[in-house]
Amino acid sequence: MTKPFLLGAVAYDAKVVTIWDGFQRWFAQHDFAFDYMLYSNYEQQVEGHFSGHFHVAWNSPLAWLQAERIAARTGRTVKAIAMRDTDCDLTSVIVVRQDSPIQTIRDLRNKTVAVGASDSPQATLIPLLHLAEAGLDPEKDVNVHRFDLLVGKHGDHIGGERHAANALIDGRVDAACMIDGNHLLFAREGTLPANSTRILAQTAEYDHCNFTVLDIAPIEAVARFRELLLSMSYDDPSVRPLLNLEGLKQWRPGRTEKYALLARAIDRFHTIDAFVDKVSNACRYP
Amino acid sequence: MTASNAVELGRLGLDQGGYLLIKHALRTVPVGSAIQVSGESPELAIHLRSWCRTQGHRIDFLSQTSADHAPIAIIYRGSAETGRWVGAQSTGDASMPQQHAPANWGLAGRSATVEAGSPSFEFPLNTRTEVWAQEVARLYAQALAAQWNPLAAIPWDESFDLPDEIEDAVVQVMTYLIENETAALIIPARFAAQIHPHFREVMQLLAIQAADEARHIEVFTRRALLRRAKLGLSTAGGQASLKTLLDETDFTLSGMLLSVLGEGSFLSLLLFLHQYAPDPVTREIARMVSQDEARHVAFGVAHLTWHVNEQPSCLDRLAIAIERRHDMLANTAGLNEEVFDALILLAAGSLQPEALRAGWNKVQTLISDMDQGRIKRLRKIGFSDSKAQSLSALHTRNFM
Repeated sequence: MTKPFLLGAVAYDAKVVTIWDGFQRWFAQHDFAFDYMLYSNYEQQVEGHFSGHFHVAWNSPLAWLQAERIAARTGRTVKAIAMRDTDCDLTSVIVVRQDSPIQTIRDLRNKTVAVGASDSPQATLIPLLHLAEAGLDPEKDVNVHRFDLLVGKHGDHIGGERHAANALIDGRVDAACMIDGNHLLFAREGTLPANSTRILAQTAEYDHCNFTVLDIAPIEAVARFRELLLSMSYDDPSVRPLLNLEGLKQWRPGRTEKYALLARAIDRFHTIDAFVDKVSNACRYP
Repeated sequence: MTASNAVELGRLGLDQGGYLLIKHALRTVPVGSAIQVSGESPELAIHLRSWCRTQGHRIDFLSQTSADHAPIAIIYRGSAETGRWVGAQSTGDASMPQQHAPANWGLAGRSATVEAGSPSFEFPLNTRTEVWAQEVARLYAQALAAQWNPLAAIPWDESFDLPDEIEDAVVQVMTYLIENETAALIIPARFAAQIHPHFREVMQLLAIQAADEARHIEVFTRRALLRRAKLGLSTAGGQASLKTLLDETDFTLSGMLLSVLGEGSFLSLLLFLHQYAPDPVTREIARMVSQDEARHVAFGVAHLTWHVNEQPSCLDRLAIAIERRHDMLANTAGLNEEVFDALILLAAGSLQPEALRAGWNKVQTLISDMDQGRIKRLRKIGFSDSKAQSLSALHTRNFM
């Protein structure tokens, strides 16, 4: 039996099993032996990747930067081979109540700002960078209220952002941070009724998850995996439900230039320094 | 850009349903073509960007101008929506079902368009021959219109006075009816869940049939406990007879045994009770219940007539099923003595010898009526006179 090409993914939700079981069947129909292993958090997954447990990681943007930095420190190379169309050119927004006296970012001084999980790029790190670069130090100038749900899953779970939105409507906080699409989603589901809030600020663009490979990944299998991913069509009923579950219409070639914003955030907040040190040292002195 | 390719949202936000106007406009242009969007909602640009991303449309923002109603973005229609309906299946005509209903039509209503890749459902009864009947829609409509409320329909408070032994006989007959109606509830309920929803009228009819039986169980129980603290006797032979009905897993054979023969015989019994029961409450219950049972029998006959017409060899299977059930029950007591005696007493109204003789004769007439009814229905389905007579004679002595 051919040894399967192995993917590592984080189980941020039960549907992850349905998604990868489904893709496994689809790959099998295309004569590609594929299997996956699940981690409960991205840090375990990144460590597992550098320990050679699997060939490709389905990485959050933060996990991508972790992998990129550990690789740089240990003389390895990493590559982002594919991503979702819906992960390109995202922005985050900082939202206040419609009737709030807050009109500019500067008005948030000494106010309470709700964010998501501490390791969420979209609901915490990038919005806090936005505040910092606008002259408000999140440590000193604003009161950051963290909805620290499921740390280790890098904000993949929407719960933290929803709690932040609820806190805004309830008046427990003065502003809430979320990914742009969730402002519309929360309006649709009634968490943020139409006209009840105002978008105070929008961050610059960034990208989200990608499939990451290390230099030791089998070249041909990686190429075939990528080729098959990019060939998946939303017109194909056998794969469409999986694309719907995974939240995309089309896989796109990977790109890394739009992780710069998040890289600036983690440089500023030292979010992953200790983890990168630990794994880099373990790789160098196993 | 024509007027239909330009969407003016005014102050309507995407979070207030504005996206519907955009969707509508996009559907009027081919995939890859563009529409313009303008509007004044403060969050419009941010919402447009995230909405287009999730819907798979490309968007270009235009540089801001001071002109009123100037477009703020151009949206290029993506292929996701049209792609989604590639290979979708039509589920046929709304008025008449197809001969075969595929598993992946699932729960969709007849004539709906089903997206390709929809899940398969295991509905074992999925052909028209197996389940359909010409009059099923009419029978369902009739059943709906004829539903009745036991509280209002039965004169529960009407006064009557029966000798103890006659009241006991009524309770015994009710005890027997309850277990028969329980079987008659379980069987259609079970088949209703096995019928492909494409044949919705049959599914609906069986569901309402089960609801009818639920009501019958209620009124029989209530009558039994009107003057007594508990029900009467349930015999092994009676239950063995009913168990053969529950054990029959073939829809058509079950329809023959339960509806045509069993409920058909029951209909005679209910008319007997309506005519001869010693109290007004039992008489009215029997009248109301018999109306429902007549519909159940009508569907059974209509379905079997349809099935035999489509597949004449089915008659042999039906005959074998009747013979097999007879053989299985050959060593059981059939109708329990207590029920038989109770029917005589109930029709007699007293223990007076002359009254008993009259009661006895009425029960004999009942048994003969049941036989004649069965023969008539077997002939309607397609059996010859002689075959109908011999098959009717094999029917269980337990009536049902």
